[in-house]
Amino acid sequence: MKILAIDTSTHVMGVALAEDNKLLGEYVTNFKKNHSLRLMPAIHELLKELDIKPQDLDAIAVAKGPGSYTGVRIGVTTAKSMAWALNIPVYGVSSLKVLARNGTYFSGVICPFIDARRGQVYTGLYKMGAEHQIKTIISDHIVAMEDWLHYIKEKNEPVLFLSQDYDLHHSLISESLADQAVVGNGMDMLPKPSVLLSLAFEQEKPISAHALVPEYTQRTEAEKKWLEKKEGKTDA
Amino acid sequence: MNIEKEQIKDDEIILAIETSCDETAAAVIQGGSSILSNVVASQIESHQRFGGVVPELASRHHTENITWVVEEALTDAGVIFADLDAVAVTAGPGLVGALLVGVNAAKAIAFAHGLPLLPVHHIAGHIQAARLERPWHYPALALVVSGGHTELVLLKDEGEYEVIGQTRDDAAGEAYDKVARSLNLSYPGGPQIDKLAREGETIIPFPIAWLEEGSYDFSFSGLKSAVINKLHNAKQKGEVFRKEDVAASFQRSVIEVLTEKTKRAAAQYGVKQVVVVGGVAANKGLRQSMKDIFSNTEVELTIPPLALCTDNAAMIGAAAHIQWKKNIQADWNLNGKADLALF
Repeated sequence: MKILAIDTSTHVMGVALAEDNKLLGEYVTNFKKNHSLRLMPAIHELLKELDIKPQDLDAIAVAKGPGSYTGVRIGVTTAKSMAWALNIPVYGVSSLKVLARNGTYFSGVICPFIDARRGQVYTGLYKMGAEHQIKTIISDHIVAMEDWLHYIKEKNEPVLFLSQDYDLHHSLISESLADQAVVGNGMDMLPKPSVLLSLAFEQEKPISAHALVPEYTQRTEAEKKWLEKKEGKTDA
Repeated sequence: MNIEKEQIKDDEIILAIETSCDETAAAVIQGGSSILSNVVASQIESHQRFGGVVPELASRHHTENITWVVEEALTDAGVIFADLDAVAVTAGPGLVGALLVGVNAAKAIAFAHGLPLLPVHHIAGHIQAARLERPWHYPALALVVSGGHTELVLLKDEGEYEVIGQTRDDAAGEAYDKVARSLNLSYPGGPQIDKLAREGETIIPFPIAWLEEGSYDFSFSGLKSAVINKLHNAKQKGEVFRKEDVAASFQRSVIEVLTEKTKRAAAQYGVKQVVVVGGVAANKGLRQSMKDIFSNTEVELTIPPLALCTDNAAMIGAAAHIQWKKNIQADWNLNGKADLALF
């Protein structure tokens, strides 16, 4: 069974291909450049290199968010359109879970996060279980980092932080948690499409291409304001 | 994927995708003129409460709907992937986040089935909606009027577009929506103003921006402000204007400049055909005025039906026919662009 993996949910763009949980190829870039322009050439190159035709694919796995709205849409749209066109299923996997899975051998809770601007982060809590199965302790959501760290502090157990945006929140994390915080090392901070493939092969459930939608974790600004206004009126 | 010129057939079947604003659309077009299917999923109800299109919301809806809409287009047309010769998509201009959904979907579908990818300019699409009605007679002139565009385009030959005039500020449709809002009409206001105008009288003197002599450019922001100020001042003084009269007077100013400049350009360039396309081409007042001007002339007037004037993918498939014949293909690095020169 051959699965193609796509992750464009952050600045990191990743494409990988595996057959029966054996990685055949992986392409990752980590710099701010246009995913919409570069994703399909990357997929094309990888498949060409491996001498695999689109028709040989059995499924497509994609990081469905949270992350950059546009980035997530590029990956999800490409994955669902290609899967639909090939009549194969898709795996929509949390982009935070992909990152969390880098903490495979960590026994405490794992906190992957992606900066969401204005002091906020997209985050969740995960924990490794038996046979490398990763469990979701707190689902992905958007939260003020300060409030999130208060919550984590009360858990009173070691927490592994994994993020490309760690430096942005470093001082707040070390001030709030001191020794309770464990910081991921080098490449473990990077979301990898090969890890997305591991999740697809080992524990995720595939769905139909039509059903795949991004996970933004929040409404659009316009909708939020509209709802506030509407609720304000109802209260009055 | 390089196709030799002698091999290029002209009854090709193209799957076309359009997501430049708030309509998720897909169509299957044969030979650039025959509509095998034309599916449009409008998001208007979702944006109405905001009084206009919310770009992020439009992009989200496109992502949710895209495969459903494309599937319906294939099913309606009764074709399978093996029947397709190419996939065409609007590459711009438009809302960039919205365009990206169509572009990435088209790339994925074309890649999956090894099909050529044809990039289409949204305005070329609007203009080529005319070929879904009847064949072109060159030289021709196209008036493109919509919520985002007001342009006069000269076509000397097939696929040769020369913009001879365009708006310097608001698009005509934009002015309609803003005036409608100041009359407390719901979004989109254009059709409502058109309807009210038929029941009103042109008794309020609103300005018409003719600009410099010989210019085919347009300007609607002065007119828009004049209407808004007039209503504001009237309210302060306790005067009341009938909405119908405001609509009729405003619409007259818009239509007069559109039809007059089209008439002058048609005469100057000696065109054989004039086409009026874009969302505002649905306006009954504009249609009538164009008919009045060109009915007893040698110039053939083409105004496609409403469904082909508002955003749709059939027009993209029609425009893609020219790309197909000229063998203009995009690479896998095709991107959506908010601003894009007409091609």
